[in-house]
Amino acid sequence: MQDLKEWRETLQQQSHRGDRPSLTVGMSTCGQAAGGAKVMAALEEEIARRGLQVDISQTSCIGMCYAEPIVEVALPGKPRVFYGDVTPERVPTLVEKHVLQGEPVREWALIQLSGEATPYEGIPVMPGSTYYGRQVRVVTSRLGLTNPESLEEYIATGGYEALEKVLGQMTPEQVIEEIKISGLRGRGGAGFPTGLKWSFTRQAPGDKKYVVCNADEGDPGAFMDRSVLEGDPFSVIEGMTIAAYAIGADEGYIYCRAEYPLAIKRLKMAIAAAGEKGLLGRDILGTGFNFDLHIKAGAGAFVCGEETALLASIEGRQGMPRVRPPFPAQQGLWGKPTNINNVETYANVPFIIKNGGQWFASMGTEKSKGTKVFCLTGKIKKTGLIEVPMGITLREIIFDIAGGIQDDKQFKAVQIGGPSGGCLPEDKLDLPVDYESLTAAGAIMGSGGMVVMDENTCMVDVARFFLNFTQAESCGKCTPCREGTKRMLEILTRICEGEGRMEDLDTLETLARVVKNTALCGLGQTCPNPILSTLQYFRHEYEAHIKDKRCPAHVCQALLVYTIDAGKCTGCGACARACPAGAISGEKKQPHRIDPALCIKCGSCMEKCKFGAISRL
Amino acid sequence: MAGLAIAFGSGAMTNSIAEIEHNDVLLIIGSNTTEAHPVIGQKMKQAARRGAKLIVVDPRRIELVEHAYLWLPIRPGTNVALINGLMYVIITEGLVDKKFIEERTEGFENLWAVVQNYPPERVAGITGVPAEKIYAAARLYATTERAGIFYTLGITEHTSGTSNVMNLANLAMITGHVGKEFSGVNPLRGQNNVQGACDMGALPDVFPGYQKVANPEVRERFAAAWNCQLDATPGLRIPEMIDLAAGGYIRAMYIMGEDPALTDPDITHVRKALANLDFLVMQDLFISETAKFADVILPGASFLEKDGTFTSTERRVQRVRRALSPRGECRPDWQIICDLAARLGYPMHYDSPEQIFAEMASLTPSYAGMSYARLEGNGLQWPCPTPEHPGTKFLHAGRFPRGKGLLQGIEYQPPAELTDEEYPILLTTGRMLYHYGITTRHSPSLESYRPEELAEINPAQAAELGVRTGDRVTVVSRRGRLVTKVKVTDRVPPGIMFMTYHYKESPVNILTNAAFDPIAKTAEYKVTAVRLEPAS
Amino acid sequence: MADVTLTIDGKRITVPAGTTVLQAARDNGIFIPTLCHDPKLTPWGGCRLCVVEIEGMRGLPASCVTTVAEGMVVQTASPQVVEARKMMLELLLANHPRDCLTCSKSGACSLQDYAYYYGVRGDKFHGEKHDYPLEDDNPFIVRDMNKCILCGKCIRVCAEVQVNNVIDFAHRGFNTRVTPAMDLTLRESEECVFCGNCVQVCPVGALAEKASLWQGREWELTKVRTTCTFCGVGCNLEVSVKDDHVVRVRGYDNPLVNSGWLCVKGRFGADFAESPDRITRPLIRVGERGEGRFREATWDEALDYTARRLQEIKEQYGSRAIAALSSARCTNEENYLMQKFMRAVIGTNNVDHCART
Repeated sequence: MQDLKEWRETLQQQSHRGDRPSLTVGMSTCGQAAGGAKVMAALEEEIARRGLQVDISQTSCIGMCYAEPIVEVALPGKPRVFYGDVTPERVPTLVEKHVLQGEPVREWALIQLSGEATPYEGIPVMPGSTYYGRQVRVVTSRLGLTNPESLEEYIATGGYEALEKVLGQMTPEQVIEEIKISGLRGRGGAGFPTGLKWSFTRQAPGDKKYVVCNADEGDPGAFMDRSVLEGDPFSVIEGMTIAAYAIGADEGYIYCRAEYPLAIKRLKMAIAAAGEKGLLGRDILGTGFNFDLHIKAGAGAFVCGEETALLASIEGRQGMPRVRPPFPAQQGLWGKPTNINNVETYANVPFIIKNGGQWFASMGTEKSKGTKVFCLTGKIKKTGLIEVPMGITLREIIFDIAGGIQDDKQFKAVQIGGPSGGCLPEDKLDLPVDYESLTAAGAIMGSGGMVVMDENTCMVDVARFFLNFTQAESCGKCTPCREGTKRMLEILTRICEGEGRMEDLDTLETLARVVKNTALCGLGQTCPNPILSTLQYFRHEYEAHIKDKRCPAHVCQALLVYTIDAGKCTGCGACARACPAGAISGEKKQPHRIDPALCIKCGSCMEKCKFGAISRL
Repeated sequence: MAGLAIAFGSGAMTNSIAEIEHNDVLLIIGSNTTEAHPVIGQKMKQAARRGAKLIVVDPRRIELVEHAYLWLPIRPGTNVALINGLMYVIITEGLVDKKFIEERTEGFENLWAVVQNYPPERVAGITGVPAEKIYAAARLYATTERAGIFYTLGITEHTSGTSNVMNLANLAMITGHVGKEFSGVNPLRGQNNVQGACDMGALPDVFPGYQKVANPEVRERFAAAWNCQLDATPGLRIPEMIDLAAGGYIRAMYIMGEDPALTDPDITHVRKALANLDFLVMQDLFISETAKFADVILPGASFLEKDGTFTSTERRVQRVRRALSPRGECRPDWQIICDLAARLGYPMHYDSPEQIFAEMASLTPSYAGMSYARLEGNGLQWPCPTPEHPGTKFLHAGRFPRGKGLLQGIEYQPPAELTDEEYPILLTTGRMLYHYGITTRHSPSLESYRPEELAEINPAQAAELGVRTGDRVTVVSRRGRLVTKVKVTDRVPPGIMFMTYHYKESPVNILTNAAFDPIAKTAEYKVTAVRLEPAS
Repeated sequence: MADVTLTIDGKRITVPAGTTVLQAARDNGIFIPTLCHDPKLTPWGGCRLCVVEIEGMRGLPASCVTTVAEGMVVQTASPQVVEARKMMLELLLANHPRDCLTCSKSGACSLQDYAYYYGVRGDKFHGEKHDYPLEDDNPFIVRDMNKCILCGKCIRVCAEVQVNNVIDFAHRGFNTRVTPAMDLTLRESEECVFCGNCVQVCPVGALAEKASLWQGREWELTKVRTTCTFCGVGCNLEVSVKDDHVVRVRGYDNPLVNSGWLCVKGRFGADFAESPDRITRPLIRVGERGEGRFREATWDEALDYTARRLQEIKEQYGSRAIAALSSARCTNEENYLMQKFMRAVIGTNNVDHCART
């Protein structure tokens, strides 16, 4: 243990950023998807061509996914500057101006991290910027700033201080007490108090116990866990190791979906590195404490995020939930007491131990403590990953942090909690984000997915979209979920296609309520939420589809009507030529007409019309 | 049966089927339970699923092996040596139940005198079972409180059959695993009422309830009840009947519901004997291979067409109830016997099987407390000596019928027939799931699913012969030859093949050896030396 | 175990701790419908028909997997519960063939019974229905997966009773289906031993005995309890008969022996008794011995002839020249009579039977 302390001090002294300029490229999944690898190659080529002495390395997602590829340029003794939307074409300029001339390219710079250095003028400073000002980064604090594959950097930035403290000074009971004081609740969605869960598993009789990390992040548009695993794998491992000590386990599993190859790769590297340094495996830090950690790649079934289905999957059985009780804390993996938390929950643990439960509890609201990571997607300006204190309002997140709606369109709704969440309308924007408030409003915290919708979104279509997902992902075990999602989807599809009847709404509402009340697992119990919340807040849209055969947002294709404004039409014929269905007719230089019986509503005519004569109703 | 009778003084399954699910160790030896006794097989697998450990001793990789904690793949005919090896480990490692041996048995010295020559290393050479598996099995069986032994024809159908059974009794006694719930020595009886047929005295030396015909008191009691003279000399066993029929001493036979011309060993000899009879009357459902030799065939009734009782392997007497009327002019077998007796000047007056049962119970102490009224519900297990007695779940609590259990050292004797250059393959025979005796050949559903023999041969043999599953081969023994289809499978090890006895088209008993166990007169169906030839 | 007192539908009930709400209700004569529950199998909690309302609990918990607690207040027939059950039945019927008129299960079908009980017609939803081909490539069991309600009893009986694990759920959601591995048929799987215990637990007409199809309606059957003839285990049978013909055989629940379970022979093999191969009249040999040629005779002729020949041989060669084989297939009464016949009538102990074990 003494070795670890000394090693950390050494690492901290020989600051990892030396006397040479350094270039760091965001190479998480989002960075790579945006072309990070090409940018990296261009940088390497440029540096080699010029024969410069510059360090090039990679980092993880800093959160500003909307601006990837992101490149950080740091000169010795100067602030670290982050450039967004970097292309290979911009690379020569960047190197020429910033690296060689020491002048940042201000128009491309997103933000700077000045530390003790004097900030450059004209570049927003983190954390004071509007984007970062409202954020409190705990579990994301290393993301984008350190090399996730480096145990040295993890330790130099305070990593494994918590484990050191736990193994050196704390009893398992004290660890659990500290977590209880922090008020940490499960970040996977249900919000069960983590300390309490740990104490159940600790108290459960049995010699063999397990800790399991649920990294089966399956919500469409959610990537919190992936970002943390890719960006700070050691924090999750350290958190699990502390949990194992606290509950009395000597073995653990990280259940990670196979669609996250980079996360799995980094976890494997991290587990190997930690094992090599005596931070995992036998006799950790010479204390006699053992903890072996395995990775289990899941095949991507959404329902395997449900803890009992997840355990079945680890055991090699079909991912079907079972009835609780017994809870995993009593009978989990292979019938042994098992503690299951998700990625973000474990990642919080080292910070709580290091800074104390009181520190964590000082953030957030009375019942929802600490911070929460959210993924912002949909029609907002700045999509990406943010971490905010609990209790912040939706309005602050959407308008202050994310910069509002794209193209300054009208906000319509925000969908929170993944496919099982609910859609909240504008008048809920001042709702504080905490477990209880969201549930009361018909949404759920979920794992932190937040999809923002603008005026061009059809809420019936949104409900249909999510039901399509849950219907396909239902495991098929219980009747209400298996058959109910199918029938709800069929009714929604009918409504979207203009075939709905008013009594469908009653059937839909009753069915949704029954499914919510009777389904076996969380997937089934929450899958009606998109329907129930849109029926509650946007019933008029449903009625418009049924009564008026009209989709107010002009999304549902079957209900669209394309018409030509005779006053604007010049009779150029471009529309008729573009129409694949031969639905447009008219004399040359005379206003044309669209035959609604033939129109397939593809919209080609509207795109072709140079006079704005065609409109969609 | 004879083996247990010698060791304990009574030969029957000591425990009950319902106990199996509570066993912690099941030593299953010479029993392909999931095919021969499928519902007991279910219970064994359920026990394994719950965590009980199965020790399976069988040359073949039978289904239970997949559920086994230990599999001892034994060379056929070497059971005595293996059991001696197990006892060697138990005795030398001090795992015996000293108190039980002292209080309940006699002859331990005699046993040790033999067993001491069977260290597992030597036994491994005889049986082909690795020594470490013998150690492991012995320790597991001896040190587990609820450990039961289950065996069937793989133990008894040997010239050493009685020795095998006595040795299993030795094993159970030195570990104290008998005379209590969840432990014991359990022969799983093959036929639906073989236990009952024995209990009823369908044996040449005993009246119902195993009362010796040689005992004058017993004889007097039966003579009084039946109002007749009774022969004091025990009669003949089946192999003796066959031999004496062939020799012209037995002139007439009355065969009810058996088919020795298919199911007895060396059927060429059996058929010769049957052909030599002056008169053969058969009572059966079908024209069996034996019936072809009959002068008269009397059509009996199937179990669905009559009332009565069966006694199951666990000594449970249960009602058989009529569900159908007898086909055509068929008549229940009991009525036929009565009619015949009347014509021979001995009228038997019974209105119903219930009356027969009452007469039998009045003469059979172990059934004395039973009546049809009491058998309603879930049946009764004998001994049930009085009308108030609840029946007996397990045998030999406190004492054995013979007093002290007899421990007797038994030397290993090789099987009567050995493989050689001319007959290099060892044929072993048995049942299979889809057929039972010969009646199921007349079941349209079962017959359509398994219409012909599929002799199991190892891939090595198949490669040598150049045959694949479904091909035909000729099997030749020192007594006969037949043609059969084969199934190529590693269920059988190289050098061993397996056939069933259900198919008259490929009657395996044309090959088998009519060498008998000297005491039980059971034939060595399990060991026949054969060679394989391509089918011509 | 300690006792727990709870209230179900206003009735105070005391049961041992650990009892499920379902069991507590049923033990006290309170009706709760179930499709996936079987007391002999592990609890599943999938059909959700047994939902009840319990004060202080969220939603409607399934009573089959909820254990009683002291002071629990349960409603088994509140409007909310009834609405949920009706909805569950509507959902099941929405994907179920409407061929109750000719379904072999009619009259013994749990789905039919509950739909009738709750007045559910199955006309609430009109959407996709499955259209799977009928599986009847084996002589024993017909599987109609269109009728399957996915209660999973067959899977559990195969895993927990027969311990063969031949079938399991495959695919997801609405397309979930019970099948052997790789979507093979039972026959193709080469794993199935056709014990048919799955057929016996199927609450609907998805699994049926092939030979019983079209042979008799449920209410036409006479049921007889008897003992199986195919091995020494002594499994108890329930033989269903119509017009002197066996329609089907199922296990009778004798908890000390087979608990209602059977093997392939016991369940499907009884058809040997009605085989056209049966001898139905006495026969007298006309050909050479061993040739197998016979003529039919009357009982009187056959019995007279037999008695005469036995008497002649007994007189000429003595009693001991006659021997009998009794039968391990026949009843105790018949074996008793056979040995009595040989000993008392013929006068010899020459009686044995094939007692191999």
